[in-house]
Amino acid sequence: MKIHEYQAKELFRTYDIPVPKGGVAFTSGEAEKAARDLGGFPVVVKAQIHAGGRGKGGGVKLARSAEEVVRLAGEILGMTLVTHQTGPEGRKVGKVLVEQGLDIVQELYLSIIPDRASASIVIMASAAGGMDIEEVAARTPEKIVKVPVNPLIGLQSYHGREVAFGLGLPGGAMKPFLAMLGRLYKLFVDYDCSLLEINPLVVTRDEKVIALDAKVNFDDNALFRHKDLLAYRDLAEENPLEIEASKFNLNYIALDGNVGNMVNGAGLAMATMDIIQQAGARPANFLDVGGGASAEMVENGFRIILSDKNVKGILINIFGGILRCDVLASGVVQAARQTGISVPVVVRMEGTNVEEGRRILAESGLNLITAVDLKDAAQKVAQIVA
Amino acid sequence: MSIFVDQHTRLMVQGITGKEGQFHTRQCVAYGTRVVAGVTPGKAGQKMDDIPVFNTVRDARAATGANASMIFVPPPFAAEAIMEAADAGIEMIVAITEGIPVMDMMRVKNYLATKTSRLIGPNCPGIITPGSCKVGIMPGPIHKPGGPAGVVSRSGTLTYEVVHQLTRQGIGQTTCIGIGGDPVNGTNFIDCLAAFQADPETRGIVMVGEIGGSAEEDAAAFIAAHVTKPVVGFIAGLTAPPGRRMGHAGAIVSGGSGTAQGKIAAMKASGIHVCENLGALGEMCAAVFK
Repeated sequence: MKIHEYQAKELFRTYDIPVPKGGVAFTSGEAEKAARDLGGFPVVVKAQIHAGGRGKGGGVKLARSAEEVVRLAGEILGMTLVTHQTGPEGRKVGKVLVEQGLDIVQELYLSIIPDRASASIVIMASAAGGMDIEEVAARTPEKIVKVPVNPLIGLQSYHGREVAFGLGLPGGAMKPFLAMLGRLYKLFVDYDCSLLEINPLVVTRDEKVIALDAKVNFDDNALFRHKDLLAYRDLAEENPLEIEASKFNLNYIALDGNVGNMVNGAGLAMATMDIIQQAGARPANFLDVGGGASAEMVENGFRIILSDKNVKGILINIFGGILRCDVLASGVVQAARQTGISVPVVVRMEGTNVEEGRRILAESGLNLITAVDLKDAAQKVAQIVA
Repeated sequence: MSIFVDQHTRLMVQGITGKEGQFHTRQCVAYGTRVVAGVTPGKAGQKMDDIPVFNTVRDARAATGANASMIFVPPPFAAEAIMEAADAGIEMIVAITEGIPVMDMMRVKNYLATKTSRLIGPNCPGIITPGSCKVGIMPGPIHKPGGPAGVVSRSGTLTYEVVHQLTRQGIGQTTCIGIGGDPVNGTNFIDCLAAFQADPETRGIVMVGEIGGSAEEDAAAFIAAHVTKPVVGFIAGLTAPPGRRMGHAGAIVSGGSGTAQGKIAAMKASGIHVCENLGALGEMCAAVFK
């Protein structure tokens, strides 16, 4: 789960992690008020979307007066912001964060991530803050300090020193930096974060260390123990079909092709998307109805796939194991009748009781095209949409 | 021969009285697996069919000599269930549960580093030595006993698809292992590859990977250095968009790393026979393993 910068900074404040003074605004009027509340100029107006690269995309602007705040907020609110993380379609901006401008002497990069291979929590830092960290890592890896923390012992003082000395911080900033790192680590663990990134983390002229930016993602599998985070979910940032699918525990991701597909199991679903592409068509979605798909799941899957107007054909690929193919076939037929399917459907099923399953599909009187194997299925559906 | 599980496996099931636990325990028993105990806290003294239920893993092991455990415990308690099994000295732990938080699994993994237990999973279909022992939720009848192929995969139904194609080509399997789709898991590709390399009956290996992380690249390097048996590889997710989790918690391309293209290139460079079209995997294995 992703949240906005202003929400991440709210969370930071509850952990006494220093952030600039600021307020969120949904209109240019609110932005003006937020700016006046800060008690001085310049201020920074920052677009709030769930994607990075906002500055380069024109979503972060400096304002030197209240009038400028109104004008800039007016420009940013409602704009479609395109960054390297949004894709070419961009993201519509619905809110801005208005923050005090700071007198910055140094920009740093700091992040905390779980490392899957070593099962450790890794702190990454760099004195080359404010830049695209992937670029820094590729060009000048020596400028990145990486400190792995074993989650069983947690963050120790020496971990902090390794990071701080690695960054070459000015003396006065050392102590506040170490205190801040401890709090960030605690927040990361407390909330099951999957990413915590501050770029830039700044040192001000009076040697304060402040999180100028804040990006925090959470492990979806751990949300059951963080009910308070659910209030941070922003449906405007999600695809409407994906929201609908999530209500039925369906794993759906919208793509831009025209072959809808429904598969049981995530790995097989990915492989099915791939084989559709190899047959010369393009997948319209990823949809995993679960290893043991039920008739109800299949029906909901159909509805969601068909709400995508680009879909010109559907491929159902089910490997019936524990769940028998005849039961599945009945489910598909029932779902097809109830949903009223408007496009051709190719069904490929394999596994237990497959002959009986194919017979049920053939005798249903529905426009269901049976495929003998995966290759055949992909070719048939590709021909339909060609 | 086989790896990790066989007729000497004495299985206990943690979470045996739940709906999934009951169903799959019966499927394992029907396949011929020796299921000797179940564990559900507070239900000691009861029986699931003929299988005695205990309050703790330690009790179950002491009373029945169980040496393996299959875990169906729900995600909030699953990490603890794995650690309980390891603490009680269970040698083989197979965690089926999907949805365990990463933070929990990182602690489990670091804890297991101090133990001799082997963990398979979580978020996996389990492990099967066809004709001998099934510890998991995979459909038994699609498998063919006797080798020569060893199968290791990060997926569930995709593994069934692969096994089915092998069986249809007349290629039996020594052991099939699903190592799970989570970012942090127990047994990895390399552990399985080393075991298959050492198993005389396994004469060829099928390795099924997917996007996310670098386990396939690491495995490819291991294969180049240590595996002399032919390996056929497949990677799912060529068309997956970056930054999105494709169903499995671990299946995500992040910042240009973990792509299918990168994995396929690494595997090819290591001499692995990479199959790029799933529909043709069985035929390719028949050609490579003959």
